[in-house]
Amino acid sequence: MIWNEKIECANRDEMRTIQTERLIETVKRIYHNVPSYRQKMQEVGLVPDDIRSIDDLSKLPFTLKTDLRDNYPFGMFTVPMSEIVRIHASSGTTGKPTVVGYTRKDLNSWSEVVTRSLCMAGVHREDIVQVAYGYGLFTGGLGLHYGCENLGASVIPISGGNTEKQLQLMEDFGTTVIACTPSYSLFLAEEMEAAGIKKENLKLRIGIFGAEPWTENMRKEIEAKLGIKAIDIYGLSEIIGPGVSCECEQQAGMHINEDHFVPEIIDPETLQPLPAGEIGELVFTTITKEGIPLIRYRTRDLTRLNYEKCACGRTLVRMEKCKGRSDDMLIIRGVNVFPSQIETVLLEMSETAPHYLLIVEREGNLDTLKLMVEVQEQFFSDEIRQLEALRKKITHKLQSTLGISVDVKLVEPKTIERTAGKAKRVIDNRKL
Amino acid sequence: MIIKQLTVFLENKTGRLNEVSQLLGISGINISAMTLADTSEFGILRMIVSEPEKALSILKDAEFSARLTDVICLNSPNEPGALARALEILSGESVFIEYLYAYSMDNKSANIVLKPDNIQKCIEVLQKHKMELVSASEMYKI
Ligand SMILES: [Zn+2]
Repeated sequence: MIWNEKIECANRDEMRTIQTERLIETVKRIYHNVPSYRQKMQEVGLVPDDIRSIDDLSKLPFTLKTDLRDNYPFGMFTVPMSEIVRIHASSGTTGKPTVVGYTRKDLNSWSEVVTRSLCMAGVHREDIVQVAYGYGLFTGGLGLHYGCENLGASVIPISGGNTEKQLQLMEDFGTTVIACTPSYSLFLAEEMEAAGIKKENLKLRIGIFGAEPWTENMRKEIEAKLGIKAIDIYGLSEIIGPGVSCECEQQAGMHINEDHFVPEIIDPETLQPLPAGEIGELVFTTITKEGIPLIRYRTRDLTRLNYEKCACGRTLVRMEKCKGRSDDMLIIRGVNVFPSQIETVLLEMSETAPHYLLIVEREGNLDTLKLMVEVQEQFFSDEIRQLEALRKKITHKLQSTLGISVDVKLVEPKTIERTAGKAKRVIDNRKL
Repeated sequence: MIIKQLTVFLENKTGRLNEVSQLLGISGINISAMTLADTSEFGILRMIVSEPEKALSILKDAEFSARLTDVICLNSPNEPGALARALEILSGESVFIEYLYAYSMDNKSANIVLKPDNIQKCIEVLQKHKMELVSASEMYKI
């Protein structure tokens, strides 16, 4: 079912009209209510009247995560606290959390986009949805919760953890949809096996997974082990939480709810917008939010956009599964290289990603990229021929994925130094 | 008939081979045959040892990439043309050899360690032609 056909199947012109109207409103609101962003606009000589259409979006300055921190806790809210009805926060790895506030209208929009997402995933009102995302400051649990209620499905607000209880309710209540992180779903599958619960005895049919990166291989594994369709949902609390985008049953990219969140793809180095179809950093502008609207918020997630109409009938633009983080980007011979791309190649070739180390050197004027891969059990053969073939295969795959040649070297286990259990992935020896 | 060969992945770094033999030596594991196949970048050490399972766990504990591989060992007369005959029989029956290494036992016979593509078939063919295969227990003892 398509929840909001008028919007989700609108043609590009209709969508642009909606986006234009809402962008103009949002820019005014922020300019007049958020001093730090007003200053950014003034620095580049912009006033709200300069923004007349969605095409003017790229004129506007970016918003960074540090802007939220610098204005901790409520400095970027555009309404008085009396209008704020909910506050969420995400714990940063360093320093202060990122705080977001929602007005009544924001909560309604959030429910709307999550409901659309659930419908994309194939969930309907007869479903029993076990929400095993954490409830609390984290947006996962409550975000899914209100979307399910809005749809009319039956929610089990079990929250995260307590695996035994999760399995018990799944069996006893006949849960049909599970919402949690993909890694937790695999953990549930293992525990099911240990407890002797067969997937055939459960009624599970759909899993809605997000909040962490996962691979196509993981999707296959989850679908096989739980006997479900595994759907990818995307969101970040700064933008709203889960429901920014979600896959439909075609599993061919996540439809972005672009009447609320306008996506752009930029080159993380030049900060210039990239043409549709190119990989770059995902940037969002929220155009309906009242509590904390953000203009051109840099997500640091890398992906690409596809504006073609989907086989499901929706025209909402689709984003690919995120390919990594722009923070990790290396530029080698002018080509953007992300360690996560290398990890994906290695993951495709074995069950578990081996430890690896990328070494970038500059010889003369030429950058070279060397990849050291630890030969562990899953890669090890007693035949030279096979090890050579493996080395060539990695070299070829990397060449075609990255577009530059990589010198692959097989090394013994534990050759690559670990710091506190985690391996250092990149050494850049270039003196620039 | 099937013999567990200890196989170790080695980078071409000095001292690593030495380290392997020392580790096995202090644990009282005897190496009866050994060969190192190498490329410019890395090597594969193949060994027949007195206690393969124990040797494997010792090397793994020392964080070497090691595994046991099934091979067979043919005892052949130590005379010109003996190896060629054996190989001819095998290729005649479409058994292909991934690698082999041989060592003389004395003036009379030589042991040839073989890694065939199809180990069961290889054993059958050799037995059919009355070729002498060395048992695992004999091999580990040498
Ligand atoms: Zn679709």
